[in-house]
Amino acid sequence: MIFTPAVLRSEWTKVRSVSSTMWTLASALLVTVALSAGLCALTNAQFDNLSQQDRLTFDAAGTSFSGMFLGQLAVIVFGVLVVAGEYSSGMIRTSLAAVPQRAAFLFSKLAVATALAFVVGMVTSFASFFLGQALLGSHRTGIGEPGVLRAVFGAGLYMTLIALFSMGVAAMLRSPLLSLGILMPFFFLISTILAAVPVAKDVARYFPDQAGQKIMQVVPSSDGSAYGPWGGLGIMCAWVAVALLGGYLVMSRRDA
Amino acid sequence: MIEAVGLTKRYGVKTAVDNLTFQVRPGAVTGFLGPNGSGKSTTMRMILGLDAPTSGQVTVGGRRFRDLPNAPRQVGALLDAKAVHGGRSARQHLLCLAQLSGIPARRVDEVLGVVGLQEVAHRRSKGFSLGMGQRLGIAGALLGDPQVLLFDEPVNGLDPEGIHWVRNLMRKLAGEGRTVFVSSHLMSEMALTADHLIVIGRGQLLADMSVKDFIARNSAGYARVRTPETSEKLVRALSEAGAHVQPEQDGALRVSGLALPHISDLAFDLGVRLHELSPHQASLEEAYMRMTQAAVDYRSTQDQRFGLQQAGPVPAQAQYGGYPPPHAAPQHQWQPAPGPNPYQTAPPPQGFGAPPAGPVGVSPAGPHPGAMAPPVAAPPTAVPPAVPPPPQDAPPAPAAAPSLSKRESES
Repeated sequence: MIFTPAVLRSEWTKVRSVSSTMWTLASALLVTVALSAGLCALTNAQFDNLSQQDRLTFDAAGTSFSGMFLGQLAVIVFGVLVVAGEYSSGMIRTSLAAVPQRAAFLFSKLAVATALAFVVGMVTSFASFFLGQALLGSHRTGIGEPGVLRAVFGAGLYMTLIALFSMGVAAMLRSPLLSLGILMPFFFLISTILAAVPVAKDVARYFPDQAGQKIMQVVPSSDGSAYGPWGGLGIMCAWVAVALLGGYLVMSRRDA
Repeated sequence: MIEAVGLTKRYGVKTAVDNLTFQVRPGAVTGFLGPNGSGKSTTMRMILGLDAPTSGQVTVGGRRFRDLPNAPRQVGALLDAKAVHGGRSARQHLLCLAQLSGIPARRVDEVLGVVGLQEVAHRRSKGFSLGMGQRLGIAGALLGDPQVLLFDEPVNGLDPEGIHWVRNLMRKLAGEGRTVFVSSHLMSEMALTADHLIVIGRGQLLADMSVKDFIARNSAGYARVRTPETSEKLVRALSEAGAHVQPEQDGALRVSGLALPHISDLAFDLGVRLHELSPHQASLEEAYMRMTQAAVDYRSTQDQRFGLQQAGPVPAQAQYGGYPPPHAAPQHQWQPAPGPNPYQTAPPPQGFGAPPAGPVGVSPAGPHPGAMAPPVAAPPTAVPPAVPPPPQDAPPAPAAAPSLSKRESES
């Protein structure tokens, strides 16, 4: 059996007894909600200055998640610290001496941290949506409009998957510095820049964040994507699965 | 019972542990000795299933560690005092370990009391001293009340009182019939704590015997006898009297098994003139160093301090460990050498990096209180005792560690 109640309870104690959990998840929530709200307010004020094209493709729901590009970095830090923190502190040896079944150890840890990320992700996405819509004034949309609930729910899922992806990468690299050094620039710079370059765009749209973000959009983007919102989330899930598989193989094969 | 069979671990071309076969039996403290980098910790990690052996296997109670059901209730280990997340309090660290094997939170508070950390239970372990970290690690090992206990260098960083406490704890655990496996690089510490010794160097087994045997085999006193010219007569007479005689490099004789006055009498009867007749005592530490000498990976060299200091006359006595040099010895033999000096009678008072000598002397419960004392009657002025004699008013061994003093908890 992969999940044992004892290991789950222990991992829950672990994750809530370090302050980094609180700080990273709280900043993910605050940064996303605050930045989204600010961008919504700005859009509302500047709406009349937008081009005809932009006004026609305006995505009220998507705009209220625009702070997530920054907020996701805190989620990445959370995921990395939960897993790689075991290695940097040396706690991994104590943990594995107590739980020799490494699959049980890794997946229980991931399950607890993912559940936590899911709750925080959902709170963040709903808070971002309702606050953002309130600030959008007459350009707002409602939760009952077609596709909107899916986008709000999807934004929470997106944050959860980002956390899970980071945990998989951290389990492979086993060092918080190395993991953050790769994940942060990738999600903050490389992916965003490549997505704007004409030729690289076709590749970049299959990156986990670019694909996963489709779920948050209600109005399809104009560049003619090869996949829809759920297709995008599926691509992201594939990335996550690969990262987790790699993390599991490293954890089970290598010496601690 | 821990059993290793042909245990081998290679990292690339370096062999860290080389074909180790040994057994660690219950009801005794087994000391695991070796210089730095000799493979002690690697072996410990393989016992715990953290590292996979390249070949061979090691089992605990007949099963590989990874196959043990509810391992924390069967095996407790202190591997590294720093193997904790510094942001977590001592109590929470133990709590998450306890929850893994269904140990109630009450037991966490119990072991915190046993190791004397209850006053700092809610402080983050980041601020702990090395000694407090060791206590926390020992608490984690005791948590599941296991039958098999492994401690990797448990006395590192402990104060004399803590060392004394750990020593008594080990003996108590073994006395309860548990298997206790303790690694150390200090022979002097193990001589007082362990019943059985496993010595390794460069990953290979050097000795696997009881402490009693180790002492008997390695710590016999001997006399150095120097005559003006080689005297077959004297050698024969000494052998007939039951002594074991070995020639030393410089022509002197190394005579064991015969008291000094007896040697002197024999020489007098034969009319052989003696230029030297001196008592010598090989300490356990020396015996251990001789044994592992070839297997030391990290050896210090003499700091010459060229250009830093003007050469001045060195007080002659300081170089000889307080032992007066025989006038017949050539000068070069008395230069301080990086290796153990074969002519040195006893470790100099500053020792071989041993912990403060205080607790060594104040152990009335120690198994071999006289282990380090020279059996050969030696003039006390010539040989500095390796260990101060045990004071008569030594306090009885405390059952549990006293709580940390205010001074340590505030450091």
